[in-house]
Amino acid sequence: MMQMRTTGRPGLREVAEQPHGLDDRRRGWVALALVVPAAVVYVVFVLRPLALTVQYSFYDWNGISAATWVGIDNYTRLFGDSEMFGSILNALQLIIYFSFVPVLLGLLTAAIIRKFATSRLALVSRTVLFLPQVIPLVAAGIMWTWLMSSDGLVNQVLRAVGLDSLTRAWLGDFQTALPAVGVIGAWVALGLCMLLLLAGMTKIDPALYEAARLDGAGAVREFFAITLPSLRQELGVCITVTVIAALASFDIVYISTQGGPGNATLVPGLEIYYLAFFSREVGQASALAVAFMVLVLAIVLPIQRLTREGDR
Amino acid sequence: MSTKGRRAAAATSLCLAGLLAVTACSAPGGGTTDTDDSATGGSGSATGDVTATCGTDPVTLSAYIETGFPMPKDLFDEFTKQYPNVTFDVREDQFAVITQNAPRVLADDPPDLMRLPQMSELAKDGLLLDLDGYASSMGWDQWPASQLVQLRVDDDGARGEGPLYGMGLGFSMTGVFYNKDLAAQIGVTEPPATLAELDDMMQKAKDAGITPAAQFNGGATGGLAFPLQGLMASYGDTTEINDWIFQRSGATIDTETNLQAAEHLKSWIDAGYFADDINSLDYSMMMSRFMEGESLLMFNGDWESGNLDAQMPGKVGFFLMPPLEEGGDLGAMSAPLTFGIGAQAEHPDCAAFFFDWAATNEEARTIQVEVGGSHPLGLADAFMPEVDADSVTAQTLAAGATIGEKDGAMDFIANATGAIYAKGWTPNLQKLVAGQQDPAGMLADVQKQYESEIGG
Repeated sequence: MMQMRTTGRPGLREVAEQPHGLDDRRRGWVALALVVPAAVVYVVFVLRPLALTVQYSFYDWNGISAATWVGIDNYTRLFGDSEMFGSILNALQLIIYFSFVPVLLGLLTAAIIRKFATSRLALVSRTVLFLPQVIPLVAAGIMWTWLMSSDGLVNQVLRAVGLDSLTRAWLGDFQTALPAVGVIGAWVALGLCMLLLLAGMTKIDPALYEAARLDGAGAVREFFAITLPSLRQELGVCITVTVIAALASFDIVYISTQGGPGNATLVPGLEIYYLAFFSREVGQASALAVAFMVLVLAIVLPIQRLTREGDR
Repeated sequence: MSTKGRRAAAATSLCLAGLLAVTACSAPGGGTTDTDDSATGGSGSATGDVTATCGTDPVTLSAYIETGFPMPKDLFDEFTKQYPNVTFDVREDQFAVITQNAPRVLADDPPDLMRLPQMSELAKDGLLLDLDGYASSMGWDQWPASQLVQLRVDDDGARGEGPLYGMGLGFSMTGVFYNKDLAAQIGVTEPPATLAELDDMMQKAKDAGITPAAQFNGGATGGLAFPLQGLMASYGDTTEINDWIFQRSGATIDTETNLQAAEHLKSWIDAGYFADDINSLDYSMMMSRFMEGESLLMFNGDWESGNLDAQMPGKVGFFLMPPLEEGGDLGAMSAPLTFGIGAQAEHPDCAAFFFDWAATNEEARTIQVEVGGSHPLGLADAFMPEVDADSVTAQTLAAGATIGEKDGAMDFIANATGAIYAKGWTPNLQKLVAGQQDPAGMLADVQKQYESEIGG
């Protein structure tokens, strides 16, 4: 059999075609032994809590005394409750700030940085823009709460340039609280998007740009004809990660507004927390959590599909 | 694609099988009900006369207290000094954390002494020790009944009647602090005697370019509940408000006099008497603005008296929310700084002895007044430490005596149910500021929230 190989390296087929028998079985056991610890952790800390959440969602339970089975009552209440429904609308609105804005700005900054990719300036701007990614979200929330307070830097700058009429308590105003929370999220997400897209751009064959230029394409045409289509996969990752961050947001909102003023910045993550720990309606909180997980999947899976198919 | 499809199907069925395997188990909460039953059944309660003592053997009392308030720890230190066999194992958290942790902590690892949030649900669930036995053996039932009435919970979870489930390390009271210098600046030398005079005082401050009140009302803190409840007491009867807080059947917050109070508060908002960024101010920001002399008034409680005496000696005055007409009825939010003993706590007798000591020992009472700024519990003629007459602590203590005479003490409307503050008052008060809610709508909405909670 060995003589049959004539040239080249041993391919994948060859490895796969080794004779079945004891070796193969032993390898199977080794593989299993390697997988088991991770699988156990996954089952105990991911699947089991998930299953328990589904179970709790069918009960009326305060977390301590005996629970009563209520069927799908907790789920039907979700649709009648304007507060829970409003929190979902807020989360959907946050997608604009947490996802669209950073992806668009990320594209723009990455396209600019690529032009002077080897210079020191590119390194500095990459580092600066990526910095928010390494700061804990809670710290980012606290920092921006100071910046956007009534005496904070944002209002000081506005006053300095004579825009006194615009100053306000950004996080305490019904009109501006949600966008203000959105700004924090956009600031955090921008670095990741920029870096991912920049990495994607460096993979693009320079010959393509050369050809485009020979055909007389300008920078804008180049961007839309070559850069953007080549980044489909990276864009998919960016959009998926940021949309999930928008929908599942908790820390930034909890630190900066705690859902207020009124319920202007209430998001499902916070509502689940309030229901479970303050109202002690564990069943209702679980139902909202399950329904919300389904909603997240319903939004994220099509994005994954769209960006993956274009790859083929 | 087909391999992918098969893999996805396999993964899905695996997940479903896992879900079904777990959901096939018994209903949640079953495990703890056994212990609950025994607790509510009275085996964990101190029924009959029980002698509370710490004995002479070494005892370590576990205590779960609120962070940021030095008074309980000072009491612990003094107690250890007097009873060296007793030491304390202290865990501290913010009040909001204690609120959400209370049921779990009391069920899983019951402390001997615990700062309690709203307690009726905890008592109903059998998580707190019934203290009636100690009350009769140690004479707590000889104290003015109003001191402990808020700590009684009946079988249905309604407060005001039934067994005693908590004790106070002093009781605190709210009113209005004012900056004497700023008041003098606008020509006010005496506290207002009527609501109209208070209105006038705030208008004068506003005209002079001083923020009348930088009350906190941002995030999860509906601090306008303080002036609102004061106004409710000026317009109406405190008994009705207590009935509502205690969850007496048929009680409502949506009454004619409460509507007048809410409308009065709204008139203050509309007149610009509060800071314009009130919906983003938290408690500490309010404190710092008041202490830096940026606002004339602060609707707050006597737990800050000691602090204000230290930070702004001689510069702060205190008055109760004035009545509609001079000499009229007065009311104030006044509640014990509630502590309880876990139903399954390890050293309940020693914990109860500590409570009794805190109310009767002269050193302990002095600490409560000087450090906590609060009036200690106990007999009406019990020892009281000498307090500097110029201090704001002296004024809050005097106000407490007045409220006692007028029988105007109410619990906090924020304490009616576990979530009424977070889900009812706070969002509605913030909307009231922003003009997105009117006084009538606010009361109706809070009442709806209340009924849905105590109903389900």
